[in-house]
Amino acid sequence: MSNATLTAARTPSIFANWRQYIPYLGFVLIFVFFSATLFNKGFLDPNNQLNILRQTAMISIMTVGMTYVLAAGEIDLSIGMVAGLASLVVAVAMDWYGPFVGVIAGLAIGCIVGLINGVLTTRVGIPSFLTTLAMMGIARGTAMWMTQTKSVPILDDGYIWVFGGGNLGPLPVLVLWTVAIAVLGHVVLRRTTFGRRVLATGGSETAARYSGVDTRAIKMRVLIVSSVLAAVAGMLYAGRLHSGRFQLGEGDELSVIAAAVLGGTSLFGGTGTVVGSIVGSLMIGVINNGLLLMGLEYSQQLIARGAIIIVAVAISQSRK
Amino acid sequence: MLQPTNAETAPKPVAVRLTGVSKHFGGVRALDDVSLEVLGGEIHALLGENGAGKSTILKILNGVHAPTAGTIEVNGAVLAEHTPDAAKRAGIGMIFQEMSLVPTLSVAQNIFLNNEVKDSLGFIDDSTAARRSHDLFATLGVDIDPLALVSDLSAGQRQLTEIVKAISRNVKILILDEPTTALSGGEVEKLFTFLRRLKSEGVAIIYVSHRMDEITRIADRATILRDGRHVITAPLSALTLDKIIEYIVGRRSRGFSDVARTSATRGAPLLEVKGLSGPRKPINIDLTIYAGEVVGIAGLLGSGRSALARVLFGIDPKISGEIRVKGAVVDIANPRDAIAHGLALVPEDRLRQGLVLEHSVEENSSISILERLSNWVFVSKSRAQAAADRQIEALRIKTSSRDAAVRTLSGGNQQKVVIAKWLNADPDVFILDEPTGGVDIGSKAEIIALVRDLAARGKAILVISSELSELLTAADRIIVMVDGRIASETPRDTFDDPSPNDDAGARLQYAERQLSTILQKAHAHV
Repeated sequence: MSNATLTAARTPSIFANWRQYIPYLGFVLIFVFFSATLFNKGFLDPNNQLNILRQTAMISIMTVGMTYVLAAGEIDLSIGMVAGLASLVVAVAMDWYGPFVGVIAGLAIGCIVGLINGVLTTRVGIPSFLTTLAMMGIARGTAMWMTQTKSVPILDDGYIWVFGGGNLGPLPVLVLWTVAIAVLGHVVLRRTTFGRRVLATGGSETAARYSGVDTRAIKMRVLIVSSVLAAVAGMLYAGRLHSGRFQLGEGDELSVIAAAVLGGTSLFGGTGTVVGSIVGSLMIGVINNGLLLMGLEYSQQLIARGAIIIVAVAISQSRK
Repeated sequence: MLQPTNAETAPKPVAVRLTGVSKHFGGVRALDDVSLEVLGGEIHALLGENGAGKSTILKILNGVHAPTAGTIEVNGAVLAEHTPDAAKRAGIGMIFQEMSLVPTLSVAQNIFLNNEVKDSLGFIDDSTAARRSHDLFATLGVDIDPLALVSDLSAGQRQLTEIVKAISRNVKILILDEPTTALSGGEVEKLFTFLRRLKSEGVAIIYVSHRMDEITRIADRATILRDGRHVITAPLSALTLDKIIEYIVGRRSRGFSDVARTSATRGAPLLEVKGLSGPRKPINIDLTIYAGEVVGIAGLLGSGRSALARVLFGIDPKISGEIRVKGAVVDIANPRDAIAHGLALVPEDRLRQGLVLEHSVEENSSISILERLSNWVFVSKSRAQAAADRQIEALRIKTSSRDAAVRTLSGGNQQKVVIAKWLNADPDVFILDEPTGGVDIGSKAEIIALVRDLAARGKAILVISSELSELLTAADRIIVMVDGRIASETPRDTFDDPSPNDDAGARLQYAERQLSTILQKAHAHV
């Protein structure tokens, strides 16, 4: 009897869970599609593939942070601008005091912005959508003001190698950064008490609070994580382009949110996987690359990319 | 009412006919072969305890659930599909508590929402809509300004607007689920006058309420359900209140009286509260609970019972007073502090406060003890699974697996998951706020037995409940709260029938009458 009910109840649960594999399936489909249609245009060329990885590294890294923020039921719109600001802070600080101080300053600016976002959201009670929307403008304005919109060159070869330019054997250092942060992000979200509490907070803030979770501290921390990872992304942009510029990271927040949602993270909190988000980010990278190789104009690329994202998100978000 | 309401002789058409309707959720049988007729122009009460199947019937009629077996006829035509849309087309309308009104729009705009009156150019014609609303209100005898904003209406006016909105869309079968919860006495009268008028227009009304006095006044016939089965359908004139209650609860002895209330020996005081006050309620509470003791709190909604629980658990701030746990004064500023000092709260609203519905049984039952399940910061999957499995077995939680989302569990099993969360944390003091709300009778008895079991293991327990029989079964002492204060405190034994009686059910009924008298007296004093 109890065995019968067990199997009876288990069958639908497999069906209920099949949607969680959609991001991976979607990625494979899109990849196969471009492989088939663009095989003579070098889509599968190892250099092109590494290029995709290099181009998506910053988005992937920021998506890891966004996964935490969304899973906790919040949002962070300031990341793109924080990346730009961090790229400038690094470049300026390095110019004055050398690369070590530069890196510390870059991380510090991420921490500070995250802290401000967190305090305004959890202590003052402004929704994170508004807090980070305002922070978007403040970060960008600060970055433009710092150098009167001029870009600041980075000449330190060591920095450039570590943050974006180097290769370790055949692998770009950027890829190593992405893998390291993704693995760390995945393990922390899946395996630690902090990760569990992030998911519980986003799943039901009240229930989490009644269970003794300090939901305000959790939200504060995810916003800091997100900002710091945005700063890391900004430092990688700076290394890759040998300069700090306020335009770096512009508009990335939309790609990042799209990547996280493509990867199955809910905009309403409570669910999210770092692996899914990375796949979502790679999907966006593959789409961008594929559309470029197809010879579409930039305007056409934008339209095609938007349409593909809508279809993919519609499939992964539709319930019942 | 002078007009006799004898439905047997009156030639009223059958508006809804359910034939052999069953509904299963996984292994749980919510409805079992229920047949039922509701006539046009009658008010038909649907009665039963929580979990008896009332809400399942409503959801089936409303098209939210499809029946597992059986047919539904509306005005003689069998419903082919079971969707909210099909139910609407068949003329079935369900009134939710203020749910479908937009507060920022006017009454008329709400009534014609998504069904707007347009002028010849295709623009929305608000003035015609207002005139038509006015006419509708006039024919139905409702006094509401169609141009008023819904946010300015009283709860009762919103309820009436809600119903008029349904009627304006040709609803012939109106379902009302606890329509008077938010209404004042005068508003209830207005609602009843209105419902009688609708009835005379031939509308079939299905009325669900826990308030027996209302049922006996407004309903023509009643159908009583118990454990998902049809018990009886009869005209109200043929049913006495005692009979109704008997049909609703069945043989009481099967439920609560089985739970042994061994008077455990009192241990040391585990929880001592002196002069405790919260933001508004509770006011100046003195209370001591000893190890091995269950203290029950009775009182109406808003009496400050739940507020007391919230202050004790650090959710609402403490304004004044002192809390001691195991003799030591403790400072509880938030739930974390409360947990650290060995308190646990099974909250009133398990769906919102007790559980993360989309998360698994394992995740929900381990959130309170993550530290204990972890090596440094890493949660040990195997230990979390073991902890979940232990409780699933100990509490007999019916779930397909520990990985199933708690959303898929029945109310009783969900509540057991909330309790499991705290059992894992092994606190000294349990606070249970309506622990059996929305739980079927079988699980109720299990939960009460569990409370007694915890007491036997030396825990101090505070149980808040609106069900007197439940309090009387669980508690060693019963406190009555009125308006935030403790009105009386009585040992459980004093409720016992002095004359010897072997029938456990009758003994419990006697005690229930005693307690309910105390409750009424307490309120009369205020």
